[in-house]
Amino acid sequence: MYDLIVVGGGPAGLAAANSAWQKGLKNILIVERDKELGGILNQCIHNGFGLHRFKEELTGPEYAARFIEMLKDTGVSVLLDTMVLEINDRHEVHVISAQNGYQVLQAKSIVLSMGCRERTRGAIGIPGERPAGVFTAGSAQRYLNLEGYMVGKRVVILGSGDIGLIMARRMTLEGAQVLACVELMPYSGGLMRNIVQCLQDWNIPLYLSHTITDIRAENGRVSHVTVHKLDENRQPIPGTNLEFDCDTVLLSVGLIPENELTRAAGIEMDPRTNGAVVYENMETSVPGIFACGNVVHVHDLVDYVSAESERAGAAAAEFVLKGQREGKALELKNGADVSYTVPQKIRADDVGKAADVFFRVRRVFKNSVIEVHDGEKLLASFKREHMAPGEMEHILLPRKILDSAQGGQITISAREA
Amino acid sequence: MFDVAVIGCGVIGAAAAFELSKYQASVVVLEKENDIAMGATRANSAIIHAGYDPKPGTLMARLNVAGNAMTEQLCKDLDVPFARIGSFVLAFSEEERATVQALYERGVKNGVPGLQILSGDEVRQMDPLVSPEVVCALYAPSAGIITPWEYALAFAETAVVNGVELRRSTEVTDLKKIDGGYRIETNRGPLEARFVINAAGVQSDKIHDMAAPHAFTVIPNKGEYYVMDKSECYRAKHVLFQCPNADGKGVLITPTMDHNLLVGPNAQNISGPVNTGNTAEGMAFVRAKAAQTMPSLAYRNAIRNFAGVRANTDKDEFQIGIAAEHFIDLAGIKSPGLSSAPAIALEAVKLLNECGFAPEKKEHPVLTRRKKRFRFMSEDERQAAVRENPLYGRVICRCETVTEGEIVDAIHSPIPPCSVDGVKRRAGSGMGRCQGGFCGPRVVDILSRELNISPLSVLQDGEGSNILMSETKKEAQA
Ligand SMILES: Cc1cc2nc3c(=O)[nH]c(=O)nc-3n(C[C@H](O)[C@H](O)[C@H](O)COP(=O)(O)OP(=O)(O)OC[C@H]3O[C@@H](n4cnc5c(N)ncnc54)[C@H](O)[C@@H]3O)c2cc1C
Ligand SMILES: Cc1cc2nc3c(=O)[nH]c(=O)nc-3n(C[C@H](O)[C@H](O)[C@H](O)COP(=O)(O)OP(=O)(O)OC[C@H]3O[C@@H](n4cnc5c(N)ncnc54)[C@H](O)[C@@H]3O)c2cc1C
Repeated sequence: MYDLIVVGGGPAGLAAANSAWQKGLKNILIVERDKELGGILNQCIHNGFGLHRFKEELTGPEYAARFIEMLKDTGVSVLLDTMVLEINDRHEVHVISAQNGYQVLQAKSIVLSMGCRERTRGAIGIPGERPAGVFTAGSAQRYLNLEGYMVGKRVVILGSGDIGLIMARRMTLEGAQVLACVELMPYSGGLMRNIVQCLQDWNIPLYLSHTITDIRAENGRVSHVTVHKLDENRQPIPGTNLEFDCDTVLLSVGLIPENELTRAAGIEMDPRTNGAVVYENMETSVPGIFACGNVVHVHDLVDYVSAESERAGAAAAEFVLKGQREGKALELKNGADVSYTVPQKIRADDVGKAADVFFRVRRVFKNSVIEVHDGEKLLASFKREHMAPGEMEHILLPRKILDSAQGGQITISAREA
Repeated sequence: MFDVAVIGCGVIGAAAAFELSKYQASVVVLEKENDIAMGATRANSAIIHAGYDPKPGTLMARLNVAGNAMTEQLCKDLDVPFARIGSFVLAFSEEERATVQALYERGVKNGVPGLQILSGDEVRQMDPLVSPEVVCALYAPSAGIITPWEYALAFAETAVVNGVELRRSTEVTDLKKIDGGYRIETNRGPLEARFVINAAGVQSDKIHDMAAPHAFTVIPNKGEYYVMDKSECYRAKHVLFQCPNADGKGVLITPTMDHNLLVGPNAQNISGPVNTGNTAEGMAFVRAKAAQTMPSLAYRNAIRNFAGVRANTDKDEFQIGIAAEHFIDLAGIKSPGLSSAPAIALEAVKLLNECGFAPEKKEHPVLTRRKKRFRFMSEDERQAAVRENPLYGRVICRCETVTEGEIVDAIHSPIPPCSVDGVKRRAGSGMGRCQGGFCGPRVVDILSRELNISPLSVLQDGEGSNILMSETKKEAQA
């Protein structure tokens, strides 16, 4: 019987296991399907990790290494090359591996940290032929950074998510020509610093409110794409076509938390995040099962993943050592221009000084305020100079504000100042 | 000189080869693509039709009903996923009620078993999400769903096990009548056969014209689809057809054997070069028509689009027969070709007999095939599979739960795949919601290891579809 089984050994799983150990759990297991720990960080060889956490710019593998190093001083055990096939509300974890075959492991608590996967061509229905040469940006990144192969020479990127932006620079550095980055929305989905460093610095044009409307092939490989400008209803405007001769299309059109295990276990899901509904301590609707990192909501910065996951690990320890939190839950509602919040529920009685709340806004804001309401009553407000859908927002809600809410729910909204 | 050369290895050529492999005859199958089932056979609605659609008295009617009746046992023997889930043809108006009545009568004449006309409420009891607008439907319990490329693979692999020679990447470019048979010109050199069977699908009119006077013209016709995530499969329990009308046969919604939901097709004649690309118009048409059957389909849960090309002809009939001396057409096999395949194969043997070729049966031909599918195993079976071969413990495709063991087995199967999609058709990897985003690089790795080739030579699919272009600059990797 394990005190805690952590599903997935990326930054989220590593931080959760570490903090659960620090908080006194002894019998902890991380199950990771890959041959190494570190998750998606292993293929992110660019700088830009750890600015908040370590006050220095690390590469993805370096950031992961710091957490893997910390594990060495603990008694946390790790099963690599092992896939979790099923979990359930009895805290059973079904795993399979070449070494040990099929096993059912029993745990007192579980942390889910499976990360996310990329949205594909099929999910967004790009018309055209279906030749080789259309990749999700993350797969191209894997081929390039882990396997040492280039996927193309003349590239068009659809979507301005961070992975696509990073790949625009990476492919350019490797000698490919990146002809354009095409974005459906009127704003970019990625971090501002990536737009500057990965596109502008390399003179790669960014076409906002545009999309790919046709992909053509020659000899089994992409040969041409057509791009159109879109009207307010996101319909292509005839006559605005741009034509590109290229051999490769990279898609950076969103990440989807990988929650097949979560759904199959009957855990309550939030359709806005595609992740589990969680409480202030990252506990899901099934007591003793926690979730953290990209499996809950897609993060831009790994530093926040680590912090969130440490809370989840600590909460798992509290669950095993002290028992379940029983406080009454306050619901967090999305007000104007807020697309989701994590957590979705807060048990105010169990909050120490303050509760962390993460969320995203629906559009770009200049000078603006985030407001927290209890019905009509304004409980708190926070000023921001800039907000964008591509950048996760964070507020700290003090305990006394939570206690002052009367209606069982509070609403978070954004507006221009 | 071979006894028989089959041109084309879609489901029709494959079924014919399987049937012929039961006899003491030397058979060669020539396929222009680098894998079998690369034409209509891999991109269709995957329905084993009941047989009420074709006009009574046609070959299509007879072979459809006969083929349907053969499918279940064949799929058991050859381990092909098939389920007789039944179909509805939905009527949305009084006018369509008359169509349903006419189809019922046709079906009865064609010998389709178990047909019934059900009320709208009865339909909704059996398939609750069907539109409230449905007034009645033709219920055909003998209709089924199948995995079509697997059906063709099962035929072709078993034929190969029985000694049939399959030559892939071999395109027939001309036929010359010679003494006692044909000289067959291909891009890989000539060969000779006493008898030729034309199963070349969309190209079957061209092959026909190489040996016989022009008799029919193929009018390629495209049909486009959406494949939806497994989470959408619950929406349809039966095959849900619409009534055929002036704009075509209507759009269907059906579960698939992999527990996805399939929505489509439209029907558009192709005028220029034939390709299987999707079009914005085709996709929009499918969405609009499908909404009539089921108003709430969540296209954000789509995982893939595809399109297939029908070998329609200027004749409203399969082109099956002896077209020239020692030359047999299994041509213009449009829908319901998949449903009719095993019956068409029997027909081919009969026609060969008529041409004077009547070989003895083999004493012990192989008539069964078995596949290991990890995703359908119990816990105990999984444990046993890993004990026997540890590679069955390594999951490569996370969406469909396909293991390295299955992939390696596929790579060493009787018709070894030479591409990532070839592996996909055999093992099921990359079929799921992430569409190979996760397993693609891993399958490239396994193919390169098992076939002892560079990853740069690994193909996505057909000839020329290399995935990787070059190695990275070494210094940048450091
Ligand atoms: C391309 C890219 C660029 C980025 N750039 C930056 C940046 O510059 N700066 C920054 O701060 N952040 C960046 N990020 C964000 C940061 O890397 C992620 O937010 C973080 O890695 C998420 O951590 P995670 O542990 O939740 O998920 P992951 O890192 O995805 O880890 C999940 C782990 O779970 C395992 N797993 C999943 N399912 C199972 C199962 N069933 N059984 C066993 N194991 C399983 C996976 O193999 C994986 O190892 C970037 C992310 C990407 C993808
Ligand atoms: C959109 C669509 C939906 C359909 N739905 C259904 C359905 O639900 N139920 C059903 O019963 N039927 C259906 N059909 C019909 C069914 O798919 C076909 O009847 C069947 O697959 C035809 O098989 P085939 O072997 O004749 O053709 P194909 O599968 O096209 O095979 C022909 C083969 O010949 C090869 N070839 C061509 N020229 C040459 C040459 N010169 N040399 C060597 N090889 C050559 C091609 O490469 C190809 O592999 C549908 C068809 C389409 C397109």
